[in-house]
Amino acid sequence: MNRLGDIARALALPAALLVAAEAVARVTGMDSYTLAPPSRILAAGAAAVADGTMLQATGQTLVSVLVGFALGAMGGILLGIILGLQRPLDLVAELPVEAVRAVPSIALLPIWMIVYGLGYRMEIAVIAFSTIWPNMVLTRAAVRGVGPRLLEVSRVIGLTPIQRVWKIVLPAALPRIFVALRLSLGFSLIIGITVEIVANPQGLGSGIMLARDGMDPGLMLAMLVWIGLLGVALNALMNSAQQRLFGRVAEGE
Amino acid sequence: MSQQLAQFLSDPLVRGVQTAASWVRRPHAATLLEAAPQSLVSMSSEPHADAPLVRIMDVDLALGGPPILQNVRLDLMGGEFVSVIGPSGCGKTTLLRLIAGLFEPSAGHIIYNGRELKGPQRDISVVFQDYGKALLPWRTAAGNISLALEAARVPARTRAPIIEDLLHRTGLAQHARKYPGQMSGGMQQRLQIARCLAQDPRLLLMDEPFGALDAMTRQGLQDELLTILAASGATTFFVTHDLEEAIYLSDRVIGLLPHPGRVAEVFEVNLPRPRDQLETRESPEFLRLRRELIRFIAAAEGRH
Repeated sequence: MNRLGDIARALALPAALLVAAEAVARVTGMDSYTLAPPSRILAAGAAAVADGTMLQATGQTLVSVLVGFALGAMGGILLGIILGLQRPLDLVAELPVEAVRAVPSIALLPIWMIVYGLGYRMEIAVIAFSTIWPNMVLTRAAVRGVGPRLLEVSRVIGLTPIQRVWKIVLPAALPRIFVALRLSLGFSLIIGITVEIVANPQGLGSGIMLARDGMDPGLMLAMLVWIGLLGVALNALMNSAQQRLFGRVAEGE
Repeated sequence: MSQQLAQFLSDPLVRGVQTAASWVRRPHAATLLEAAPQSLVSMSSEPHADAPLVRIMDVDLALGGPPILQNVRLDLMGGEFVSVIGPSGCGKTTLLRLIAGLFEPSAGHIIYNGRELKGPQRDISVVFQDYGKALLPWRTAAGNISLALEAARVPARTRAPIIEDLLHRTGLAQHARKYPGQMSGGMQQRLQIARCLAQDPRLLLMDEPFGALDAMTRQGLQDELLTILAASGATTFFVTHDLEEAIYLSDRVIGLLPHPGRVAEVFEVNLPRPRDQLETRESPEFLRLRRELIRFIAAAEGRH
C-alpha cells in the first residue's frame, strides 16, 4: 500500500540496533580483535571497495558459486528426470545414490584438492557436487508428481519420449524444480564461502580469513555483511524470476 | 452457444457436407460378432469397404486380479456413433482404454483398420472426463491445440490456420489466448475436443466427456458434438452413465454388465438425424429406448 512506510518499518529495528552497537562501542571504548563498531565496519568496507579487493573477491566467489551451481543443478535435474520417469532404474540407483548423498560435501574437499589443486576448478567441483543432490531429489519428486492424465494424453497424442519430457514433464514439474534451484543457490553460496575459508585462497571467504589474520575486525565484519547482502540479492533474483516465470500459471490455477 | 450453432448450421457448405456425408449413415451389418473368432490371417488382410473400423475379438482383460473384461466381442463400423452404458464397475472406461491402446488385452485381439492394434495411434484420439487434468495449464487454448499438431510434426508455419479453424469449429474463436484456468468447464471440454480433432481422428473415444458439466451446457455440447462429427465423419465410441445422452447421440447403445465386465445387450437407435433436443427426446421411439435402458440398468443393479 504505502511502500515507503513499509520500507521504513522494515529498517527501523536494524537501524536502532546499529545505533545501539555504535553507542556501546563508543561509551565502553571497545578495542577488540573480533568486534568493531558499525562506523569502522563501514569505513573498512568502503576502503576495500575503493581499492578493488572487495570487488575482486566478490567476482571470484560469484564465478565459483554460479558455475558450480549451474553444473550441479543441470546434473541434478537431468538425473531427477531420468529417475523420476524410470522406476526400475530408480530402484537400482537408490542405494548408491543414497550412500553418496549422505557424505557431507565438504568432507570430500581433500579429494577434490588432490584432483584439482587449489583454485576455481576445485571449488566449482565441491559446489557442483553438493548442489546436484537436492536438485535430483526434488526434481525426481516433482516428476513423479506430474499428473498421470497428462502423461496419458502425451501417449494418446503420440509425443516422442523427448517431446514428452520437453513439452509435458519439464513444464509441469518446473514450478517445483524452481524451489530446488532457489534453495540450492543459497546452499551453493554457503559451500563456496566455506571452501574459501577452509582452503581455497581466493574469494570472500578467504578475504575474511586474511582480515582476521591481519587483525582487522572492521574489514572482516564488512566482508561478512557483504556476503549476507549477496545472499539476499541472489535469493531476491531467484524470487523475481520465479514470479515472472510462474506467476501467470499460479494465477491461472 | 446456440447462436454459434445456428450460424454454423446456416452455412450452406456445412449443411451440404452434413447431408452428403453423415446424416445418411451406412447400415451396419453385423453388430455383435456371432461367428466363432476368425483366424488372424484373414483379419490382417487389407481392409475393404464394409470391414469394421474396429473389431474387438473375444477380448479378456485382467490387471493382476479377477478379470475386468471377459469375452468382449464388438465391431465399430466406420462413421458410426456407439455409446456404452452399464452400472459402475462394468469396465466401460477400461474397454475404452483398450481401444485407445493404453491397455493390452490379456487374451483375444483388437483389430483396428485391418491391423492388430499395438499401442496408441495418431488417428485415435481420446477425450477424457477430467478436462482440467487433461489440458496443459501453462499453455493457452491455441497452445493446447498446437500440442497435437506438434506431435504430428505439422510444420510451425501451417499450424496457425489449422488452430484457428479448430477454435472456430468448437466455438472458442474469441478465447485463443486464454489459459484453461481462465475458462469455464464447458469451454475447457470444448478445448479438449478441439485438441482431439487436431489429431484428425478416424476414431474418437470419449470417456464421460460431459459428465462433470451442468445440464444446459451438456445439451449444448451434445448438439455441437453431433454437428462437428457430421462434418468430420469420425467413428465415435462414447462412454456415459447418462442413458438419455446415450440414446440422443448414438446409432447403437451397448449395455455392459459387471463381474466380469461383458457385453450384455445391444440397443439399435433408429432415430432420424439431425436430432433435436425437444423433438427427438419426446419421440415415442426415444421414450421406448429410454424405458428399455432404464430397465436394463435396474436389472443389472438388482433392484428390479
